[in-house]
Amino acid sequence: MVLNDTEQQLIGLIQSGLPLCSRPWAEIGQQLNLAESEVLQQVRSLQERGLIKRFGLVVRHHELGYTANAMVVWDVPDDQVRQVGEALGRHDCVTLCYQRPRRLPQWPYNLFCMIHGKDRERVLETIDELVEAEGLQDIAHEVLFSGERFKQRGAKYL
Amino acid sequence: MTAIAARRYPVMTRAMEPELSSLEKRLLNEYQKGFPLTETPYADIARELGTSEALVLEILKKLKDRGYISRVGPVFKPRKVGTSTLAAMAIPEDRLRQVAGIISSYKEVNHNYEREHAFNLWFVVTARDAEHLRRVLKDMEERTGLPIMDLPLEQQFHIDLGFPLWC
Repeated sequence: MVLNDTEQQLIGLIQSGLPLCSRPWAEIGQQLNLAESEVLQQVRSLQERGLIKRFGLVVRHHELGYTANAMVVWDVPDDQVRQVGEALGRHDCVTLCYQRPRRLPQWPYNLFCMIHGKDRERVLETIDELVEAEGLQDIAHEVLFSGERFKQRGAKYL
Repeated sequence: MTAIAARRYPVMTRAMEPELSSLEKRLLNEYQKGFPLTETPYADIARELGTSEALVLEILKKLKDRGYISRVGPVFKPRKVGTSTLAAMAIPEDRLRQVAGIISSYKEVNHNYEREHAFNLWFVVTARDAEHLRRVLKDMEERTGLPIMDLPLEQQFHIDLGFPLWC
């Protein structure tokens, strides 16, 4: 994906958040020496081209009371991974669902999903419900609850 | 892989839920996506919610100060802007904090979490390009003396449209 200089600078400015003021895009524009309308046009273009997949409030689950944060990893036969991934991704409380490579022998799991809940019992129940709903009884999985958070902030790519 | 002593993890009791007004909840739930990309987004949101721009701005500042939101901003599609990977390490328990500190010190690292597993440290590394990412991982391995399991994204099955709260 090729980004021009203006787009790179714009992403650099907005990746940590839009200013909380009446005319935020005008403020960004001042820093880029661009008109407000041009900044907005560029942002809309990034969204239309799919580089920005959503724009809005980025919530922090833990602070909002969702402290049981589980990464569930599954060892799905390769020819079923898309079907299972899409099925899991359709459930409301699955926030992310990704395929990643196995690293044998120590890491046999190729499908990852995140589930945030208010307590771990509820999260474990949710996982049981997912297994039941999608018929995953024969698919090995592990639940990795998070412990200490050492660092958490938005990605800075540039 | 070296055996890692089992560790007792505290069982999290029911979460502390913040007290939020209905307006705060609506902002949190309805504007994770669909944020107006207009000249006056906060005034437009205020109109939709039947309140004032000043109050919307005040609430957003408060949500940010209290850490309930990290920002109002873009979520980029993985692998479109720059590159990233999920990495994991199996760290002897008595070195976990020290190694986690080294990993967190890299500006390329955003999330860095302990998880309850032999692979007990999980972090996301983002970089401008693959070459830079590879260098960072290698540097981490040299500084910590421990191998890193690199798990780059292959396919994403869920479009992140935000998280339904209070579901």
